[in-house]
Amino acid sequence: MKSEQQYIDLYGEAADIIKSKSCPVMNALRDTAFETFRSQGFPTRKVERYRYTDVEAAFAPNYGVSLSPLTIKPSPYIFNLKDAPEDIAALYGSVADSKDPITALNTALVHETLLVHVTRNTKVDAPITIDYWLRGEAATMMNRRILILMETGAEATIIINDHAADKQRFLSTQVIEVICRDNAHLDMYEIEETTPLCSRFSNVYIREGRDCSVKHNSITLFNGQTRNLCDVYLQGENSEVTLNGCAIASANQCIDNNTLIDHQVPNCQSTELYKYVVDDKAVGAFAGKILVEKGAQHTSSQETNANLCASPDARMYTQPMLEIYADDVKCAHGSTVGVMDEAALFYMRQRGIPETEARMLLKNAFMGQVIDQIKDEPLRARLYVKVEKRFRGELDKCEDCRLCK
Amino acid sequence: MLEIRNLHATVGGKEILKGIDLTIKDGEIHALMGTNGAGKSTLSNVIVGNPSYEVTEGSITFNGKDLLAMKPEERAREGIFMSFQTPIEIPGVSMTNFMRAAVNARRETQGKEPLKSTDFLKLMREKRKLVEIDQKLMNRSVNEGFSGGEKKRNEIFQMAMLEPSFCILDETDSGLDVDALRIVAEGFNKLRSADTSAMVITHYQRLLDYIKPDVVHVLIGGKIVMTGGPELAQKIENEGFDWIKETLA
Repeated sequence: MKSEQQYIDLYGEAADIIKSKSCPVMNALRDTAFETFRSQGFPTRKVERYRYTDVEAAFAPNYGVSLSPLTIKPSPYIFNLKDAPEDIAALYGSVADSKDPITALNTALVHETLLVHVTRNTKVDAPITIDYWLRGEAATMMNRRILILMETGAEATIIINDHAADKQRFLSTQVIEVICRDNAHLDMYEIEETTPLCSRFSNVYIREGRDCSVKHNSITLFNGQTRNLCDVYLQGENSEVTLNGCAIASANQCIDNNTLIDHQVPNCQSTELYKYVVDDKAVGAFAGKILVEKGAQHTSSQETNANLCASPDARMYTQPMLEIYADDVKCAHGSTVGVMDEAALFYMRQRGIPETEARMLLKNAFMGQVIDQIKDEPLRARLYVKVEKRFRGELDKCEDCRLCK
Repeated sequence: MLEIRNLHATVGGKEILKGIDLTIKDGEIHALMGTNGAGKSTLSNVIVGNPSYEVTEGSITFNGKDLLAMKPEERAREGIFMSFQTPIEIPGVSMTNFMRAAVNARRETQGKEPLKSTDFLKLMREKRKLVEIDQKLMNRSVNEGFSGGEKKRNEIFQMAMLEPSFCILDETDSGLDVDALRIVAEGFNKLRSADTSAMVITHYQRLLDYIKPDVVHVLIGGKIVMTGGPELAQKIENEGFDWIKETLA
């Protein structure tokens, strides 16, 4: 039996329960989304954007679906979508690619949506933090959904943490839709610190109006299997986007990041920097496409993917792509895969630094370039520590987690 | 201190050292001179344990211990230091972090606690003055953006921080102007204690004017072909190596 069948059966049995726990805007898309998923099933590796992850295998185990409710601490910016005014609720599903099979499955199964709403000209000083805890007595699937609405002139930093609280098999699907109205500025971080038993499928869709700036940082510190998609649609002039990624994988971990930056209008700027350190038998994949549509003149785009294979058995796949339909643009892309600098290692060892420490220093230095760019200072300081701990092998559990202690 | 017996070594399968015998006693400075490709740098790299070089025969003992059985970092912590001919740049690793890791690794071997941050910075400040190296360089990545002279000074600075008992200066004078040479050599002399030994590799008498050798060896074709006093270095400076080659023929 192919693994989509159990989700098809599940929907047949549980759709009514899910709908009863959900809200009308979400239920309105549910059956269509399910039909999209049912008709195409899980993507095989022949599907361009899913080449590097065996989706069917990840979804094959028998997971119980979590329908536990969202816990939202009182905040001026975070809401449950079901409490949102009609015009805002109507934005649900308007950015995500409804044809994507993971997005379709998420839309069919997700029962609640977290809404982050920053109103017109509001500048939020402290970061808005969202913590996800994977919890469960048995193998559990969680479907998560976030809608972020940055109104005209709004500014905020959003940090989304993905933790696992139990040593259990978890499967998560996540869809995040981001709408930035004109002159909105968003600094967004997604930090995964789960366990080797976790599979994560995350799809992020970002739409920018005029004069916007968005910085999205995807940080995978510890995981099992991770597949992150991030699509950005630049729809207003003079906007910019920065996509940064820090991916650290060891043992048998897999990290697959797939991005698209779609320049639909002239005079926008995009910068992308993804760095990987893959060790042991870990597998890393990066595929990033910059699409410059017809008429998107004076686009400026720079895409960089740099990777360090720290062991001979680690594998890295990289696929930077440029697709340009305008003639007056400045675009560059580059990708490197390297090994540890033996000369530098020896130099450090000659000074008495043990080999493991020397390797750690080199990996840390390599990843430092991404962490250096984090604007939020407390977060940057915290990540320097976390990244170093990760390379020292001390981050096999989340340090802030009271449940791990 | 250091005893090398019948040492043979290859690099990339090619035999470079063809039977070296050398004894360096406590407090002695030995100069090693020789033509290009004679094996001078190979010898120093073999002593410090560079994994690119393979020892095929012979032995090296350091203070009675079998050096060849030790990893490079263990040799360093026994007190062996090499000033690199071409110091390595390490982007992203700050001089401060690099030195802290090295100093604390050495302290660990000595059974001491890691140095407190303030004490460490104080030590850095003291030692920097010895080689007149700019504080600005300490905030940079290791050797990144350093001039040739700054890199060599940085080697001696690291030596000052680590207080080795045996130093190898591998062409530390190359690429240095007269003033920088003096600063580096004087820095080295200030650091020496009565027991510190050194092996100084150089092509020129210039460095040996500052760092006075007790013994001078001539290395040609992977073997030490002549050993003498300081006057031998002077003769080579004046007459080159041809007369030595003729005596071998």
